[in-house]
Amino acid sequence: MAKITFIEHNGTKHEVDVDNGTSVMNAAIDNLVPGIDADCGGQCSCATCHVYIDSDWVAKAGSPDDQEESMLDLNPERQPNSRLSCQIPVTDELDGLVVTLPEFQF
Amino acid sequence: MSEVREPQSDERLQMPSDPYSVPLDKIDVAQPHLFANGDHWKYFERLRSEAPVHYCEDGFEGPYWSVTKYDDICHVDSSHNLFSSEPAIVLADPEEDFELEMFIAMDQPKHDVQRKTASPVVAPQNLKVLESTIRERVCTILDSLPVGESFNWVDRVSIELTTQMLATLFDFPFEDRRKLTRWSDVATTDPEQDQSIVASEEERRAELIECLEYFGKLWHERAGNGGGSDLISMLANGESTKDMVNKPLEYLGNLVLLIVGGNDTTRNSITGGVLALNQNPAEYDKLRANPALIPNMVSEIIRWQTPLAYMRRTANEDTIVGGQTIKAGDKVAMWYISGNRDEDVIERANEFLIDRPKARQHLSFGFGIHRCMGNRLAEMQLRILWEEIVNRFDFVEVVNEPTRIFSSFVHGYAEMQVVLHPKKA
Repeated sequence: MAKITFIEHNGTKHEVDVDNGTSVMNAAIDNLVPGIDADCGGQCSCATCHVYIDSDWVAKAGSPDDQEESMLDLNPERQPNSRLSCQIPVTDELDGLVVTLPEFQF
Repeated sequence: MSEVREPQSDERLQMPSDPYSVPLDKIDVAQPHLFANGDHWKYFERLRSEAPVHYCEDGFEGPYWSVTKYDDICHVDSSHNLFSSEPAIVLADPEEDFELEMFIAMDQPKHDVQRKTASPVVAPQNLKVLESTIRERVCTILDSLPVGESFNWVDRVSIELTTQMLATLFDFPFEDRRKLTRWSDVATTDPEQDQSIVASEEERRAELIECLEYFGKLWHERAGNGGGSDLISMLANGESTKDMVNKPLEYLGNLVLLIVGGNDTTRNSITGGVLALNQNPAEYDKLRANPALIPNMVSEIIRWQTPLAYMRRTANEDTIVGGQTIKAGDKVAMWYISGNRDEDVIERANEFLIDRPKARQHLSFGFGIHRCMGNRLAEMQLRILWEEIVNRFDFVEVVNEPTRIFSSFVHGYAEMQVVLHPKKA
């Protein structure tokens, strides 16, 4: 179980409790956090669950694998702390994770 | 997107209307007349249930696999290492002496470099700027339509709106914009079919060369001009694309990609949405009662229409999909149009439901690195169009059976007569 904070582009905060094993993307969808589309349903194939990882959490959230990197790389709004949230499974380690949502998914 | 053909074998069957009257292994679902007649749906239903990964040995463009289930399509589309987008994303291979190069038909890394140069123009940040222009144009088009008499919706609305949009993105001379429509149609037509809009391959090439020359002038006017925000300026001034004009088949290829991508697709979703609402009056009632459903309806329309029926890949190595061994070099058609009707993944997939949950989860934009670049623009155009339609009209009534396009790639309409019924005051 972990507490995750999503911050919308307009600053609105959503704190949600998430079971281990759930992806950060599904944590947002299950709790109706707006700003994540997840068009492919979590297969790392659409890049519409893009989030920015808070700087304190970048190392713990891990790095994108090759497929995720390919998808992120095509996004004009990609930043060094960009991740696709469907590729981050929640663990106890991530209790307290803070992610910011982009203005648009693309 | 034309082709060199193997000599036709005499035994090649013209697919009949009933898919169950053909032996399974003889089915060639890519024959365009199936789509023009609306018989393709039954064929895909049979393939999904009896042979979800199906081999056709004697297709018009040679042997090919058909992948028809949602999950298998996702797998193929996302596996860029196993499946190549080169040399073409249609079943026909390019002609050796006129091979258009475009980034949709390139693999990494070249694909990524070229796509990244063009994609900011249709990224949401730029679209925010374009929204008011689109709404203004939508209003002008809708306000100019005849009321109470029938007219061709395809020409007056679907083509007009998408062509205006394309002219805006290219900063193309507005009075010449129907040239874009023509080039889009010419690029996807097959001169060897009787229904083709050109008489011969020579005529097709001549028109595409005209397109290249026209855009060549625009390029030279804009190169070195500090970079406007239109697509041509972006290519002409982009670090990785600034020499493209010297590679005519690459410049033309990418123009064709952007013109067809921005034209033939949304055009047919605009028409298809009107048709779907007419065929499903209860859904039209839901829309009238609750226009807030429009964004969700837009996704449902795009799923329902699937304006590009398939994309082709070519296997890089032997690999297994759905229990079938696909050999290195084999052609694979990912039938998005079929995956979007796959009941195992999409509940009530054969119903048009404007309030469908998870409506965004459809295959029409493809998945993986080649996912439709203009998807947000397409959705925005459709959303604004429907917002303005429900503001004005109680009913856009379809009054004839639409004429479908003779193609297994572009899934759309050539003509659809409608009568407008204004909202009661």
